[in-house]
Amino acid sequence: MERNAAIVKKPVGVKRKTARYKEFAWEKSIAVLGSISIVILALIFLFLVKDGIPLFRHVGVAEFLFGDTWRPISEPPVFGILPLIAGSIVVTLAAAAMSVPMGVGCAIYIAEIADPRAKEFLKVVVELIAGIPSVVLGFIGVLTLAPFVQEIFDLPTGLTAFTGAVVLAFMAVPTIATISEDAIYSVPREYREASLAMGATRWQTIYKVIIPASSSGILAASLLGVGRVIGETMVVMMVCGNAPVIPNTIFQPVRTMTATIAAEMGETVHGGDHYMALFAVGLALFAISFAINAAASGAARRRGAGA
Amino acid sequence: MAKETAQNPVEISVRGLDLFYGRFQALKSVGIDILKNQVTALIGPSGCGKSTFLRSLNRMNDMIQGVRTEGVVEFEGRRILDPETDVAELRKRVGMVFQKPNPFPMSVYNNVAYGPRIHGSAGSKSDLDGIVEESLVAAALWGEVKDKLKQSALSLSGGQQQRLCIARLLAVKPDVLLMDEPCSALDPIATLKIEELMRDLKNRYTIVIVTHNMQQAARVSDRTAFFLNGELVEQGDTDEIFTRPKDKRTEDYITGRFG
Repeated sequence: MERNAAIVKKPVGVKRKTARYKEFAWEKSIAVLGSISIVILALIFLFLVKDGIPLFRHVGVAEFLFGDTWRPISEPPVFGILPLIAGSIVVTLAAAAMSVPMGVGCAIYIAEIADPRAKEFLKVVVELIAGIPSVVLGFIGVLTLAPFVQEIFDLPTGLTAFTGAVVLAFMAVPTIATISEDAIYSVPREYREASLAMGATRWQTIYKVIIPASSSGILAASLLGVGRVIGETMVVMMVCGNAPVIPNTIFQPVRTMTATIAAEMGETVHGGDHYMALFAVGLALFAISFAINAAASGAARRRGAGA
Repeated sequence: MAKETAQNPVEISVRGLDLFYGRFQALKSVGIDILKNQVTALIGPSGCGKSTFLRSLNRMNDMIQGVRTEGVVEFEGRRILDPETDVAELRKRVGMVFQKPNPFPMSVYNNVAYGPRIHGSAGSKSDLDGIVEESLVAAALWGEVKDKLKQSALSLSGGQQQRLCIARLLAVKPDVLLMDEPCSALDPIATLKIEELMRDLKNRYTIVIVTHNMQQAARVSDRTAFFLNGELVEQGDTDEIFTRPKDKRTEDYITGRFG
């Protein structure tokens, strides 16, 4: 009250005026910067639409989405992206199946079990893993992991969906671990105390109280990790074998949507059907990752609401 | 009341208890007998060690880094500070209610069922239903929540949440209830309910309560212990402590000269 009165009484001087202009300038420039990123996003989307949609003058949408053959340079070309979608899905699901348990387990260990020194060390290690360029991981995948996979599973080639999924899982673990750890860390200490004070063991407390209390954050973390996997290009192009066929097992080569775009864009004629088809693939990919990210932020919001 | 006190057996016996946080000594050679089926109040100014003492009775201080304890705390003839003590088992018998109500973010029912579930003490669903109802009745909460057992515990009022935490603890069937300022976050009416509850519960449980509120100590406790700077200055029947304290410091504190 008193403070308000003081402000009202104070005569409006030059100093306060400049302060107000400064405030105004800051507010507006932040608003402009924020809008720019939204505008850019909108332009990207428009660009994809502009170069991708014209394809559907020649090719039916259903034929494009559900066609089981991708033969863009044969005569006549066939643009069915089902094998590419299947490739992406198989690789992504397999990577998620490996990375979610590892990432969440890692987060639980760091947040709940490790002593402070081990905790600091592991956090640094996880950040280091996050910093490895994907091409380096791809290289390791091709040179080390692929021959190993070929040998132990006795396959004609080591470049398979499985191999790619292993490398991608390795890439997704840091994302999942760090965000899950934040979610676990934000569970109030009181819940732990309450559980332990009733004679629960540490494991019971983690399993029955802490994980349920942080489940939406863990879900959001997993979806973000998966979002990273589905958009990853370099590793899958190097490691997955690049065969655009619908795989029967996970130990066959596949080609993902991202790898297709990256591998073929250089050979297309600007504005040609193949060119447009690749943009349409990009559009489909955009839709998929948008859906995953929306699901992730939905999960995070539910957590914020204190579910 | 003094006569009755003399007859109650000792539930927890503490001798020469020293506790250090790193170099700082928080408890200095504390010795006290906690009597069965009595309410023992621990009073004293902030930072005097009363909460620390309470938390050493079920080894909740173990969770804090750098705590070292020496001395003897005996519960049912076992030295519970020994490293080989099964701490989970100890805490099952000596449970704790905290300052801030801390129900889990799950339904009322699942909160109370948590203890029996982790300890596997309910044979069937109807057993579990029975324990949940019984515990809520014992915590004087059943009437208020029996129609909202499936609702989130966080939708209850603060006082109801605290009684839920007590019910959750009772479901584990402990012998001793440690209460760390259980009413400090509650309004006067909710406080009154918890106090009534304590008078009721002491027939079946031994209660140790830390409180800042001297009137509360006088109202609910049979015995009182006054802590100052980590020392147990004086202990005895509550009537005695509040009417004829032997130590000058106790007198100064309860008459409000400091604290």
